[in-house]
Amino acid sequence: MKRTTLVKIAAQSILKNKMRTLLTMLGIVIGVAAVIVMVAVGQGAQSRIEEQIGSLGTNLIVITPGTSQQGGVSQGAGTFNRLTVEDAEKLERESLLLSAVSPVIFSRAQVIGGVGNWRVMVNGVATDYFTIRDWTTEAGALFSEGDVRAMRKVVILGSTVAQNLFPGGDAVGQQVQLRNVPFTVVGVLAPKGQTATGADQDDVVIVPYTTARSRLSGWARIGQILASTYSPGDIPAAQEEIRTLMRESHRLGDADDDDFTIRNQNELAEAASSTTKVMSWLLAAIASISLLVGGIGIMNIMLVSVTERTREIGIRMAVGARGSDVLTQFLVESVVISVLGGLIGLALGFGGAALLGHLTGWSTATPPQALLIAVGFSAAVGIFFGFYPARQAAALDPIQALRYE
Amino acid sequence: MSIIRVEQVTKTYRSGRTEVHALRGVDLTVERGEMLAIMGASGSGKSTLMNVLGCLDAPTSGDYLLDGVHVNGLTKNQLADLRNQKLGFVFQGFNLLARTSALENVELPLFYDRTGRHHDTRALAASALERVGLGDRLDHQPSELSGGQQQRVAIARALVSQPSVLLADEPTGNLDSRTSVEIMALFQELNDQGVTILVVTHETDIAACARRIVEVRDGRIIRDEPVRQRRCALEDLAALGQLAEAS
Repeated sequence: MKRTTLVKIAAQSILKNKMRTLLTMLGIVIGVAAVIVMVAVGQGAQSRIEEQIGSLGTNLIVITPGTSQQGGVSQGAGTFNRLTVEDAEKLERESLLLSAVSPVIFSRAQVIGGVGNWRVMVNGVATDYFTIRDWTTEAGALFSEGDVRAMRKVVILGSTVAQNLFPGGDAVGQQVQLRNVPFTVVGVLAPKGQTATGADQDDVVIVPYTTARSRLSGWARIGQILASTYSPGDIPAAQEEIRTLMRESHRLGDADDDDFTIRNQNELAEAASSTTKVMSWLLAAIASISLLVGGIGIMNIMLVSVTERTREIGIRMAVGARGSDVLTQFLVESVVISVLGGLIGLALGFGGAALLGHLTGWSTATPPQALLIAVGFSAAVGIFFGFYPARQAAALDPIQALRYE
Repeated sequence: MSIIRVEQVTKTYRSGRTEVHALRGVDLTVERGEMLAIMGASGSGKSTLMNVLGCLDAPTSGDYLLDGVHVNGLTKNQLADLRNQKLGFVFQGFNLLARTSALENVELPLFYDRTGRHHDTRALAASALERVGLGDRLDHQPSELSGGQQQRVAIARALVSQPSVLLADEPTGNLDSRTSVEIMALFQELNDQGVTILVVTHETDIAACARRIVEVRDGRIIRDEPVRQRRCALEDLAALGQLAEAS
């Protein structure tokens, strides 16, 4: 029997019962649409987080002080949180793989100036910081190497700070006070938005680390060292190099554990996206249940259809249909119903995801593989749930089937 | 060579603990071009004989040779192919596919052909319908046709694959007497063209249209003789027409 004939017979029988076919399809339509929307929401959340991690900088490596306990043994005073400006300078001098290195000295201070004052995070950094974090100014300029070396009292405002203190947008060139020390505003940073955890990256002021050390904190130890490599492929080797240099700098013996932690951007991204991954799997799993229910609906209707069409099956067998012909006919019918439902569900799912994104402002991303998965999955549902009814049909005795009223 | 040769065929059904002997040793030979009536009361075993001859049911014992093929021991699929290639069925209840045009109904056996001998299945179906006088009803669905016309579609379906034997099981059972005569006239016409026909019936006047009558009782053939005064359905039809004109 020709394949085109099979599909034709299936199409005829489907068209003869339009309403019933439509209702049967609905289960698959809703199932596939739900899976697509859920995957789109999950993927959207994930890509948003990846974007935010990307906004931290390019090929970023973060070195932070180690914990106070190593393997359950107290390391003693002065052996932890020993990141120093000297470490950063050693990395800058001796590293071959790093394209940029900057210490970051964190402190908090009240900025006074413009229309009032503002409690803010003060970051003392080197000029490389802006390269690493891929950060540019919106107005004015970044401070220079000369400013850093000369410990000049210059400050760059984050856009949130600039908006609050200088609503008129005339911040550059103005004077602000930090801990009673007057600083000149040389630039305003371009906004970066929120981090994955919701912190405002623009609520910050940036000064040269040399100035921060001498004028603000007097604290030689630093919160972290940021570095970046020339290419993403260099990151693992660069981490090894940093480890060697840092151990040298801290004079650690072979038996000593690292008193610092090195993490790269990918690790940060993985940590952040693992949660959303679990979420999107969960959503997709819930949605697949509706696909399963849709499949059971198909099986139900196909069983009814086999009973209803017992006589037809008898006629077909009497004129020479083999059991396998009847099996194939019913299987093709259920696959056509489910694949058609899958395609409609696909369209609805794409539309629904777009609409949801539009209404809620969530970013949704429908992966192109979803098309293949939806069609393949619904065909599989059709075969799986259509097989039992089709086998019932094929196993009918032609004499009994012909006599069936 | 005989088209059907049945030797000592028995068929035993088992229902629960009791055995039902539907056929108790049947011998029957049918030559090419014959028109045979199989008669018998209900429960006589004529339906079982029909099912066995129609390759829908396998005999319990005995030998059945259909057009040179030993039917005993064939698989289900081989039986299906045999039905497709060598047999044409006409049933009492027409058994057409509902909501399917006459043409598609007649085409049906050709869909299941595995020999690849038919090429233009539509043209074959159309010419079969023309042969039974329904050349102008190709696209009508069964619900749009009268009982007699539906039976003609069924006969066209039985003829379309040029079978060795046409098996008709109470073909006039659901028809009024006039249409019955029409259908029998068609069978006689086809038989005159060389089609071998087996008609199962319990009506003597229908059986009288055949050339030979076989009577079955209690699973055995008790009578097998040629029809002495063969009825010509076409003449009867003409007589009926005159009767209608006169009144």
